Amino acid sequence: MIESKKVFTLHGASCASCVNKIETALNQVPGVIQARVNLAEKIASVNGRVDADACVLAIEQAGYGAELATVSDRELREQQREADQKHYRDLLWRAGLALALGLPLMAWGLITGEMSVHAPAQQIAWGLVGLATLAVLIYCGGHFFTGAWKAFRHHNASMDTLIALGTGTAWLFSMLVVVAPQLLPEMARHVYFEASAMIIGLINLGQALEVRARGRTSAAVEKLLQLQDVSARVLHNGEEVDVPVGEVQLGDRLRVRPGEKIPVDGTVLEGSSLVDESMLTGEPVPVKKAQGDFLSAGTLNKNGSLLFTAEKVGSETRLAQIIEMVKNAQNSRVPIARLADRISAVFVPVVMVIAVLAALVWFNWGPEPKVAHMLVVATSVLIIACPCALGLATPMSVMVGVGKGAEHGVLVRNGKALQQASKLTTLVVDKTGTLTEGAPKVTDLETEGDKDELLRLVASLEQASEHPLAEAIVDAAQERGIRLSTVQHFEAIIAHGVRGEVDGHKLLLGNRKLMLRENVDVDHWQAAVEALAGKGRTAMYAAIDGKAAGLIAVADPLRSDARSAIQRLKNLGLEIQMLTGDNGATAEAVATQLGIDCVHAELLPEDKENIVADLQAKGGHVGMAGDGINDAPALARAEVGFAIGAGTDVAIETADVTLMRSSLHGVADAIELSRATLRNIKQNLFGAFIYNILGIPIAAGLLYPITGSLLSPVIAGAAMALSSVTVVSNANRLRLFKPSEINA
Amino acid sequence: MNLLINLLGLALIVGIVWWFWLSKRAAPAAVAPAASVIMVKDGVYEPERIQVPAHEETTLHFLREDPSPCAEYVVFADLDVSAQLAVGEETEVKLPAMEAGEYPFACQMQMYRGTLVVA
Repeated sequence: MIESKKVFTLHGASCASCVNKIETALNQVPGVIQARVNLAEKIASVNGRVDADACVLAIEQAGYGAELATVSDRELREQQREADQKHYRDLLWRAGLALALGLPLMAWGLITGEMSVHAPAQQIAWGLVGLATLAVLIYCGGHFFTGAWKAFRHHNASMDTLIALGTGTAWLFSMLVVVAPQLLPEMARHVYFEASAMIIGLINLGQALEVRARGRTSAAVEKLLQLQDVSARVLHNGEEVDVPVGEVQLGDRLRVRPGEKIPVDGTVLEGSSLVDESMLTGEPVPVKKAQGDFLSAGTLNKNGSLLFTAEKVGSETRLAQIIEMVKNAQNSRVPIARLADRISAVFVPVVMVIAVLAALVWFNWGPEPKVAHMLVVATSVLIIACPCALGLATPMSVMVGVGKGAEHGVLVRNGKALQQASKLTTLVVDKTGTLTEGAPKVTDLETEGDKDELLRLVASLEQASEHPLAEAIVDAAQERGIRLSTVQHFEAIIAHGVRGEVDGHKLLLGNRKLMLRENVDVDHWQAAVEALAGKGRTAMYAAIDGKAAGLIAVADPLRSDARSAIQRLKNLGLEIQMLTGDNGATAEAVATQLGIDCVHAELLPEDKENIVADLQAKGGHVGMAGDGINDAPALARAEVGFAIGAGTDVAIETADVTLMRSSLHGVADAIELSRATLRNIKQNLFGAFIYNILGIPIAAGLLYPITGSLLSPVIAGAAMALSSVTVVSNANRLRLFKPSEINA
Repeated sequence: MNLLINLLGLALIVGIVWWFWLSKRAAPAAVAPAASVIMVKDGVYEPERIQVPAHEETTLHFLREDPSPCAEYVVFADLDVSAQLAVGEETEVKLPAMEAGEYPFACQMQMYRGTLVVA
């Protein structure tokens, strides 16, 4: 058991006497270094090598209740960072010590060239150096040896195995030279203590640099965790009280003031304010929030005071779900890594076999001193081989790539989705809610009389209707501040329109069939109706007291950035096809405006799925962008489903990629990011493979006929130490990724 | 002498192959119950074979004592489950219901390795 900090929630502690009793009881538990009770927060913190159950038992025996406190993600991450820092300092210290011995020894060898044992005095001197090197091996590299031994006992071989074998072999050979030089030929009485010390020093240094570089790969989750507020202002009996956010209950009423973060998810009860949601959605413009609007934990209240009801707390908040999803995705594997995984699994024993074979080749066919050459090639092969670079190549890139996606409001479910998004050739896009706003609006009002008066009359009539188009007309009147009148004798005529009486006028609103049925002449409006239909708008005739009074047109407006997003996707080489349940004329009009060549209209949800399947059968790699709810079958069928819906819970649960902002640009961002990540992974894998494929033969002496010398084990150690750092640093380059929309 | 060195070298190669591949398959380690705390230390999971009931969701408990980056993640590749292990903290890893069989798990570098025995 290692030293760690455990926190317990206390029950029944109420005074200073309780504090003393509990602390005394805990301090008597074996392994406890320090126990502290915080009466205000009713928690006990215990440091040491200690069993949690033993602590709970001790507290209970002292007469109180206790349970192990659950640690929040944020605290866990803090602890992780502290542990990493401690590990980093520890590695640096060990590297410094080992290099402090290795560097002078290496300099001695280079300057004087006297690294051999030929006399008793040299035996004593090098013997002392050998003992100092052993101390360094034990103190600075002991964990490699214990790890190697433990792995060996379990029939496993790891990085530790290679390091322990390489440095251990060099030290043992050198000690053999010191203790019994007569056993070896004159030319082979060379010591390699500096190699052992330098290799241990360089590997510790490399690992320290790697730990530091890795810390930056999880920056995205750190940022998301920082969004979680630690306290909330809750209304209790009319008073506002600050409480830890973990104590907020469902239904609590909370106050959030200007400049404060929203602590939990909820709905606004009172007040209005602009809320910056960019940290969750990537949407740069603050959103106006008023009564009835939804607030997300982690977003920033800008200028007004809001009172809201807590609807989701703790792990149920959208922010917590996003953090969980990002963490899971960062940990997931990508299919491209399978080859590296298979190689990593057999890598170390294979390298050991190669080292033995190389030594035998030098023994049988190499020049004198054969024994020294055998040792150098075996050690160099063992030390230069780096399975870590192979193992790190993929996870590091995925971690940074997924995190970068979260920064831009692109939530990738897993590594597989990330890889598949990079290969898409076709993107099918649902029209309503994806290319359009998803909420019909009045776009045109044409009349020979007063426009506002016509709108007042038809909106008053439509108040009684439940049709979505009626809602758009009523909203348009309310937006213009028009007061509506009461409607009488309202009648909805299926597939025709509506009729009723407003302020004594007999009104009709509907299609051409309604007007023909009621003998209203609308011929002179016909051209205008056709022109509006050509723009993808639904036009309705209005008649007052039996005479045509004008037209009102309603449409689901295109998203302002839909056209530029489609162009961006085309530039990425994707073929765009539109799917919609709407009629062909409207769909064609929308497609023409957006530059989409292929349209599938008047579809049922299962038709959309079949179209995706057909495209796949023709060899296409198909992605589907929809709202994540109505398009579920097609989203599931596609290789990558992009849910555009500002991250609804359903979408987060089901989609391969969830786009937190309601824009098709998010799909382009996701595809660009996936391609950048895959490129980065391939660079890393290529680098790791090439490094090992070239490094191992060079260490085995492949270049000896050309150079006349063997690769020094010290250089091999330096190369190995740098290989992992290189992979992590290359993955960190992904942090510079910017979508082309931003670059444009 | 030459023959002896060559024979020793070949014996070493045979030994490596036997120890790391053949004998491992021949004699799997003892199986521990799912409730055990799996220590992550010195390059090995202890215990390294965990018995898990089939068709039931299971929670494993990992205690990572190795602060090196290699021990940072545990990956159940066949189940598409992975988890970051905190140093010095017990980390719970929830696994879905599985069919009977053996499922390997490993650190992200395939150095630490264990097996789920689902029966």
